[in-house]
Amino acid sequence: MQKQAIFQSRLLPFALVAPQLAIVLIFFYWPALQAAIQSFLLQDAFGLSTSFVWFDNYQELFNEPAYFEAIVRTFFFSFAIAVSSLSLALLLAVMADKPLRGGALYRTLLIWPYAVAPPVVGVLWIFMLHPSLGVISRYLRAAGIDWNPLLDGNQAATLVILAAAWKQVSYNFLFFLAGLQAIPKSVMEAAAIDGARPMRRFWTVTFPLLSPTIFFLLVINIVYAFFDTFGIIDTMTRGGPGKATETLVYKVYSDGLLGGNLGSSAAQSVILMVIVIVLTGIQFRFVERKVTY
Amino acid sequence: MANVTLRNVRKTYPGGFEAIKGVDVDVGDGQFCVLVGPSGCGKSTLLRMVAGLETVSGGEIDIGGRVVNQVEPADRDIAMVFQNYALYPHMSVYNNMAYGLRNRGMAEAEIKTRVEEAARVLELAPMLERKPRQLSGGQRQRVAMGRAIVRQPKVFLFDEPLSNLDAKLRIAMRVEIRKLQRRLNTTSIYVTHDQLEAMTLADILVVMNGGQVEQVGNPLAIYEKPATTFVASFIGAPPMNLMSTRPDEIKTQLGADGRAAEAGILGIRPEDFVITDQTPAGGVALALTVEAIERVGAETFVYGSRRQDEQPVAATPGELPPGEVIVRIPGAEAPAIGQKIRIAAVREKLHLFSGDGRKRIEA
Repeated sequence: MQKQAIFQSRLLPFALVAPQLAIVLIFFYWPALQAAIQSFLLQDAFGLSTSFVWFDNYQELFNEPAYFEAIVRTFFFSFAIAVSSLSLALLLAVMADKPLRGGALYRTLLIWPYAVAPPVVGVLWIFMLHPSLGVISRYLRAAGIDWNPLLDGNQAATLVILAAAWKQVSYNFLFFLAGLQAIPKSVMEAAAIDGARPMRRFWTVTFPLLSPTIFFLLVINIVYAFFDTFGIIDTMTRGGPGKATETLVYKVYSDGLLGGNLGSSAAQSVILMVIVIVLTGIQFRFVERKVTY
Repeated sequence: MANVTLRNVRKTYPGGFEAIKGVDVDVGDGQFCVLVGPSGCGKSTLLRMVAGLETVSGGEIDIGGRVVNQVEPADRDIAMVFQNYALYPHMSVYNNMAYGLRNRGMAEAEIKTRVEEAARVLELAPMLERKPRQLSGGQRQRVAMGRAIVRQPKVFLFDEPLSNLDAKLRIAMRVEIRKLQRRLNTTSIYVTHDQLEAMTLADILVVMNGGQVEQVGNPLAIYEKPATTFVASFIGAPPMNLMSTRPDEIKTQLGADGRAAEAGILGIRPEDFVITDQTPAGGVALALTVEAIERVGAETFVYGSRRQDEQPVAATPGELPPGEVIVRIPGAEAPAIGQKIRIAAVREKLHLFSGDGRKRIEA
């Protein structure tokens, strides 16, 4: 089979990919290169002179306890967001997979939150859980809980995790639903005849058959929690209180743009870039090999 | 060990569609019952109702003296072999067979004995550790069988288990299933659309059409005395020749006396024709122009057309176009295409039906 397209002119293929290449070059490679260069430079406090310092920025970063705290925090956030949004999405998908009256409407409504931009998600949750504005906050206080995520770091972290996980539920739901529908009905029927009750059927047949989907979503969710939660954190907590919700991405922003330490910020973004590359690599290997049960 | 009795079983879907319109069947202990019919006749639905995978809208399903209408599939003590085998893709062959036993809390040692015994019978012993995707179609089919037999259930249910196999394997497996069923002596209900499979496997044959039972009985008895024109054309390949009794030629030959006068449709099986110029007493002779010949070695099928004054007989599946006749003759000797021949069948080989084809008339 001839898979390669044949062009009359040698220039045409290049012309066709040029717009895409231009976008990638201008918006990815160029800033990435800038960041890499910047990470080797040190500016003085007034931004008047710049000197080349080799790996000093990195060295300083790794000697800074706050950076390690941010790493641990980010991993904790990612794990919490991935686990909570995956399990909730799976629960919803299993329920939506049953033949229901109005099932299509139910499914559409569940997919909707994915269309909401992260900062809007942040605002939405603020309306519900802001200590003085929040609708739910009132009930929480009425129930005797001292709810104030603006002062309490753990509560702020909970809030961010909640909002970020909520947003990702739709996406996970969609994949889980597709995964569930790909399981032949007769396999589930065979399990029912084989004497497996619904819970046992889920854990011994459905769950293992969904494991490729779960793994794929786990990687996607971790990447999401690492990077795409910026909008939510920025609108909800701005990394505070203290540094309770400052993840690696948010630290890049606050050190660089707010703190003015461009060299350190650039070094952090280079490290983040390496993490993305590793995660994407794992995912690509996985998708290519099509690992199945 | 159990008999299965269906009493006026009905299935109506929420939209109002009646898939099963009152079926009565009685399958004795250890018998092999085959449900046969064209696609959409409700045979699979009926089987799934026995399995408990479809709800029963009316009537009773009785397995071993217990009405199971409200009983979960797991508690009916049945095992089912699906058309697509429905193996658990993430489990090894061994675990596929052991799954149903583990769910019932059987000891691992006993499970091992049973699975290994089933594997030996089905010649699966060397591939117990393999996953279903590493097996061929026939091997998967045998695993599905194994999963059913290790359970030692009261009833086996088969939903077109051979239709995904190639022709050669299908015949081999057909024989295997029959031998296995005889040996285990387990009551079985088997669904198929293949009339040959139905004829060869069944102790009791149930011919279904449009959600109703057309005829129940011993396969050979059904072949020899089909109750309706539907059964006549569905059972037997090539199908029975059906023709209107209205043309004068046939009417005079049948005679106006007795019950033959009531008949509207005449049926003659292809193998009951003889090429001859004589007309047997009380029999029927027809003039035919040969249009096509099919030689299959041991026998030859002659396709001929009668005069075009024939009225079309009510259309049923597998039926020939009006005016066309198939004759089956032994050996490879055949008349030439275009040749005019005369064929005849004796009185005993004639099947007479009422004009709507719903009733057999014994002449």
